[in-house]
Amino acid sequence: MENLSQASTVETVTCPFCGLLCDDLSVDRDSSGNLNVIENGCAKSITFFGRPVVTPSPRIAGKPVELKAAIAKAAEILGAAKQPLFSGLGTEVYGMRAVMNLAESTNATLDHMNSNGFMRNIQVVQNSGWLITTLTEVKNRMDLLVIVGTDIVSIFPRFFEREVWNKETMYGQDTSKREIVYLGGRDLDTSAGISPDGRKPEVLPCDMDKLPDVVSALRAIVLGKKLHATEVAGIAVADLEKLAQRMKAAKYSVTTWAAGTLAFPQAELTVQNVTELVKVLNKDTRAAGLPLGGIEGDMNANQVCTWISGYPMRTSYARSFPEHDSYHFSTDRQLSSNEADALFWVSSFNPDRTPPATNIPTVVFAHAQMKLEKEPEVFIPVGLPGADHRGIAFRSDNVVSLPLQQLRNSTLPTLAEVFSAIELTITNSALVASEDK
Amino acid sequence: MLIKLTGGKVYDPAHGIDGKIMDIYILDGRIAEKPRDDARIDKEYNLTGQIVMAGAIDMHTHIGGGKVNIARTLLPEDHRMDPVAHTALMRAGCGHVVPSTLTTGYRYAEMGYTAGFEPAVLPMNARQGHLEMGDIPIIDKGGYVMLGNDDLFLRMLAAKKDQNAINDYVAWTMDAAQAIGVKVVNAGGINAFKFNQRMLDLDENNVNYNVTPREVLKTLSRAMYELGVAHPLHVHGQNLGVPGNIITTLNTMAGVEGYPLHLTHIQFHSYGTEGDRKFSSGAAQIAEAINKYPNVSVDVGQIMFGQTVTASGDSMSQHRNSGLATPNKWVCMDIECDNGCGVVPFKYRDQNFVNALQWAIGLEIFLLVEDPWRIFLTTDHPNGAPFTSYPHLIKLLMDKTYRKEVFASINLDAQALSTLASIDREYSLYEIAIMTRAGAAKLVGLHDRGHLGVGGAADITVYSEHADQEIMFAKPAYVFKDGELVVKDGNIVKVTWGGTHVVKPDFDRSIEKEISKYFDSFHTMKMEHSKVSKGEIEGDGRGKLLVHEAKGRREKTA
Repeated sequence: MENLSQASTVETVTCPFCGLLCDDLSVDRDSSGNLNVIENGCAKSITFFGRPVVTPSPRIAGKPVELKAAIAKAAEILGAAKQPLFSGLGTEVYGMRAVMNLAESTNATLDHMNSNGFMRNIQVVQNSGWLITTLTEVKNRMDLLVIVGTDIVSIFPRFFEREVWNKETMYGQDTSKREIVYLGGRDLDTSAGISPDGRKPEVLPCDMDKLPDVVSALRAIVLGKKLHATEVAGIAVADLEKLAQRMKAAKYSVTTWAAGTLAFPQAELTVQNVTELVKVLNKDTRAAGLPLGGIEGDMNANQVCTWISGYPMRTSYARSFPEHDSYHFSTDRQLSSNEADALFWVSSFNPDRTPPATNIPTVVFAHAQMKLEKEPEVFIPVGLPGADHRGIAFRSDNVVSLPLQQLRNSTLPTLAEVFSAIELTITNSALVASEDK
Repeated sequence: MLIKLTGGKVYDPAHGIDGKIMDIYILDGRIAEKPRDDARIDKEYNLTGQIVMAGAIDMHTHIGGGKVNIARTLLPEDHRMDPVAHTALMRAGCGHVVPSTLTTGYRYAEMGYTAGFEPAVLPMNARQGHLEMGDIPIIDKGGYVMLGNDDLFLRMLAAKKDQNAINDYVAWTMDAAQAIGVKVVNAGGINAFKFNQRMLDLDENNVNYNVTPREVLKTLSRAMYELGVAHPLHVHGQNLGVPGNIITTLNTMAGVEGYPLHLTHIQFHSYGTEGDRKFSSGAAQIAEAINKYPNVSVDVGQIMFGQTVTASGDSMSQHRNSGLATPNKWVCMDIECDNGCGVVPFKYRDQNFVNALQWAIGLEIFLLVEDPWRIFLTTDHPNGAPFTSYPHLIKLLMDKTYRKEVFASINLDAQALSTLASIDREYSLYEIAIMTRAGAAKLVGLHDRGHLGVGGAADITVYSEHADQEIMFAKPAYVFKDGELVVKDGNIVKVTWGGTHVVKPDFDRSIEKEISKYFDSFHTMKMEHSKVSKGEIEGDGRGKLLVHEAKGRREKTA
């Protein structure tokens, strides 16, 4: 067994900070447990692993307390709540399992901090389905990448390095000949789309709020409809026609989007125009969509919630059985309508994702470095998955999951331990109450 | 803890026991010898007038993994109609066509099932498959890992690699995915679909590798045999659902040179092209062939009328059938140059000619195959119907009067093309016990399940005899899982956690050097990270790996 308290270099480390889950990092550990990415890092992973070790005490109303007391207080708040909301949910699979169990026993509502974006995709699946692909398929077979409304690299820094300009493919493809098209958005960083031999990507920019027009025009053209307009949102229809031709001619075009960046009303309809367009292409050639997500554990939360409750995020156990409603059970609505009367906020990956402002009793289960503007009723620092403890995370493509390693010793509890302990406290007090009767 | 089950009528085909009144003793989770007369019995159940069988085993049911969760995501409207509330014993969830994991376990146990096997574990999604199965309570689980469409296997086949090298790769994959069997789905066809081939018949080349499905099936069925894996190669054939696919299916049975072969959901592969609508029953020919080839076993994949969802690795066929989606939404995926998946909701209607004939074809096959040890009761859950329809299916098999009544109510043109009304066979309880217990355990390779012999695991189901078999099989009087009473009168009384059955055939570990290099070149994760560790299954303190014997690696057979 490796001694985690000694300075050492750990290889093939998995980074859970973005949906790529790169697992080829080398990370140096000093004898205090501080980590430093020395190989295959990116700006995000360097920040993620590089935060110095701190082990603050749990707090009740700002005062340091033992973990046991903080757990008891959290259980008390939960026990007193009629409609608790578990949100944030930035955790890995085992943590999420414990979240589900506690939610089920205490009639809580579940939502993830990234659901505003993620639910756009879920709504499309629930309404029409889609045809999508995964990262190894992209890496080995993609010949045309159409990127809708994002630069990819600001969320997935190593995407082009790993999946687009990779040196080898299974089928001997010359990856430098891959075609890249950015569709929509303004002033994107498209430099990653320049091929190794210097060929520039095609960029068809438009304002984000005009993206729905552009995507629906492209779908219409792919369907064989003739547009009377000559331009859409500043993009020449001729350019869209050319793009449609390229998509039809490609052997495996991949059209990708990041639902989180499509921040305009009814963006799910734009996602649906993309996915339905991809379906049409598949009548004659092969093509696939590639939704980009997997940030702050949104895939983990959603997958585990789906198999345990039967529904994706925005599911509530308020009536003792799971109910799903992507509008009603959103964090924003649960708070603004004053329906939620206690908030359990989980963010174990990222100290910057603090809970939304609210006056209801709040318990924060957070990355040890989290700084809060307003002190919550209870603050419980938890271990960082993939550094302080082991775990499992799902990748952006929602198919591949990877083990997260423990890289150092830590005195911080795991989220799963804390949530299980709260559940046990509540179950035991319920038993005592029933015996008292 | 010594438990005595007194005076039940026992059906234990593994020991040739056909309805004999017997006592059964359970000691610490296992079936025990009759103790000395002065031994203290801790608990006795008087089973006079009741039927005793081993716990039932579903050898093909889609209960865990990516496509199951996609199916759940796709159909919130179906879940809404079957909410399952929290109770003092059980956690909440939802049911019907793709139940939540917890509800899956409760409902299987409530029907007297004590094990279920997920037939489509993708190597690249095996971790999720085991995670989901890890949240299925009470019953034991296990999985068949999917090979035959992955680039590495097809590459090895194309390069005419030695069978021993292929056996090593197959065994390595089983180990990494924690599997008890290997399944091939549309051999080479899922892969071919990625290169825009839309059909792939048994002797057609996958254009990219120039290998045929026949070669894939031959090589993999031989690998199973040579590795000593009890479960034969589990085959989802070519051309699923295509009229005329019976020719392909018959050729498949004949095409593996006598190696053991299990053809799954055979109903979907037994279609002829006779009649005005060019769609007819091939059940008689299929059954005749099964009767003729002792190396072949099948499960039926019976359809039932009503709403369900089809979830399959066969992206080629699912995409072809996506126009039939009801409601009109579907998901297909290309996955990791390894596999694919397709999830298409279906509503089978008794007045629809094709659906009605599919229903009749399944039953014809059940009734025309002579050897109950080589045919298994499945609906290919949820593809033909959800597993909760099994009691109804058993009644259709055991009660010819009832069967003929239902048959008389289905689409008339379908009736005209089916011989079902003329088949008088009725399954006996003994035969049902073979199909759902003894035979299934033998097929999967579970030496200590599916029977009631001394030393076997005390997975036992007790039914109250009832003239209506559907009622009888829907709500057992008692179910014991590893000796613990988990169900009484069809209701859960205790929630336990079952194990995961696996087999670990020997292989040359040095093959990992090559596989690891392959992963580094082409995949998007490290080989090591694709492996599902023992700790991942057992780490939560409730799961455990149950390793069954692989009967020693055989020498190359040719």
